[in-house]
Amino acid sequence: MKALVAGMGKQSMRVRVITDKCEGHNRCCALAPELFDADDYGIATALNDGAVPPELEAQARLAVENCPEYAIEIFDK
Amino acid sequence: MTKIPPVTDWATDYDFFDPDYIKDPAPVWKELRGKCPIAHTERWGGSWMPTSYENMQAFVRMVPELSSRNVMLVSPPKSDEFDAELAEYGSSAPPITSDPPEHIPMRRLILPLFTPKAVADYRPFTEQLCHDLIDGFIDQGSCDAALDYAVHIPAKTIAYIIGVDGNRTDEFVGWVRGLVEQGMQDPVKLKHYRHIIRDFFAELVDARKANPKDDLISNLLSQEINGQPIARKAVIAMCDLLLVAGIDTTWSSIGSALWHFAMNPDDRLRMAAEPDLFPTAIEELLRFYSPVTMARVATEEIEVGDVSFKPGDKVVLNFPAANRDPAVFEDADKVVLDRQRNRHIAFGIGPHRCAGSNLARMEMELALRIWFERIPEFKLTDPDAVTWAGGQVRGPRHLPFRF
Repeated sequence: MKALVAGMGKQSMRVRVITDKCEGHNRCCALAPELFDADDYGIATALNDGAVPPELEAQARLAVENCPEYAIEIFDK
Repeated sequence: MTKIPPVTDWATDYDFFDPDYIKDPAPVWKELRGKCPIAHTERWGGSWMPTSYENMQAFVRMVPELSSRNVMLVSPPKSDEFDAELAEYGSSAPPITSDPPEHIPMRRLILPLFTPKAVADYRPFTEQLCHDLIDGFIDQGSCDAALDYAVHIPAKTIAYIIGVDGNRTDEFVGWVRGLVEQGMQDPVKLKHYRHIIRDFFAELVDARKANPKDDLISNLLSQEINGQPIARKAVIAMCDLLLVAGIDTTWSSIGSALWHFAMNPDDRLRMAAEPDLFPTAIEELLRFYSPVTMARVATEEIEVGDVSFKPGDKVVLNFPAANRDPAVFEDADKVVLDRQRNRHIAFGIGPHRCAGSNLARMEMELALRIWFERIPEFKLTDPDAVTWAGGQVRGPRHLPFRF
C-alpha cells in the first residue's frame, strides 16, 4: 500500500510529539483535535501513528507553530 | 493615605500598580526590553522583572533555585499556623505554591480534572449559562459586559465543577477580588478574605468527609500520595486555589477580548463573518491580553547577565510582556486574528503551566462564540468609563456596552 502511495508520487505528512518536551499546554489538541490527544496529565500524543491526511496538513503546521514547548515535529515518511 | 510617588525611571523603580501601566503596560515593556531587560524596583517589597520571552522561558525552568512557595507579586504577611501545617505540600495553595518533590504528586491530583476530554463534559453547562446570561440583558439593548456577562462564566462554571452553591457566586467573586485585587496592596484585607475562603471550604470538606458524595471534594479526599491520604488542610487549600485561580483570570481574558472587539470594529466584523477563525483568534487574544503575572523567590544566588538575584529576592514572571516580545512574535503589538505562528505563554510555561488552561480556553471560546452569535454588533457607550484591574491579574472590570 505504501509503495502504491509512493508510486503515485504522494509524500504523506506525519507528526510526532516529543514527550519529554511536552508540558501539557494542549494547544495541539485545541487547534488540531483530529490529530492529537492528551493523557490524564495533559501529555500529548499524535493520533493514528502521526499520519496526517492531506486535508489536515495546515492544522498540523498550526499545531507545530503554536506549541510553546517546541514539542511537535513534522516529518515525511 | 500616603501618596505613592509617580515612576520616573521604569528600569530602576517600576510600579506594577501605576494606573497608566495598568491601563496599557505595553509601552513600558517596549522601553525596558531596549534598555534594561531585567528591571528592578524597591516598591511593594522589591522585585526583579524580566520582559523578554527568552528570559521567561529560562526562569520558569530554574527549579528549585527559583521557588514557587510565594507566587504573589507582593508577599503576603508572614505565614500563619495554617501555612505551617501545610508546609509539606508547599504552603498556602498547593500545587501552585509547591516545589519539588511535593509539587508533581500534588499537581497530578488535579490535572485529570482539566484535560480536554474532562473539560468537554462541562461544555453543556457553560453553553447554557452563556445563553441565560445574555437572555437576562439582550432586550434592554445594553449591559456591563464585564459585570453582567464575563465574570459569571468562570465563577459559575467553577462552582459547578467544585460542587458549591451556584447562587453564591457573587460572594465568591467578592472574596477573590478581595484577595487578588485589593489584598495585594492591603495585607489586612488579604488575610481577611483568605480566612473567609478557607472557612467556607473547611466546612464543605468536613461535610464531605462525614458524608462522601460523587463530587470533586470527595474525590480529592479519597486520593493518596505515597500511600498516605491527603491532609484535610491540603484539600481545603487546593479547593481555595481552584476557586481563586479561575475567576479573576478567565474573567479578564473574556472581558479583554470583548473590549478589543468593541474598540476595533474591523476585527469585530471579521470575527462575526468568519467564525472559523475562533481557534486562532482565541490564542491571539490570550497572547495579546495575557492577564496573569506570577512571581518566584530566589533560594540561592543566581547570576543572569549582569544582574544577580540574592536569596529571598522576588522575580516577577511577566508572561504578558513575554507575549509581546518582537523577537518571537511578528507584529507583536498588533492583534492578528488568524496568526499562525503563536507560541504564546499566557498560561505560563514549565512545570507550573496553568492546570486549568483547557477549562479557561473552553470558557473563553463559548463566551465569545455565543456572544457573537447573539450580539454581533456592539460598542462601548463610553470608553472612558472602562476600568481595569492590574498587577497579578489584568483585565477590564467595567465594560458599558450598547447594542
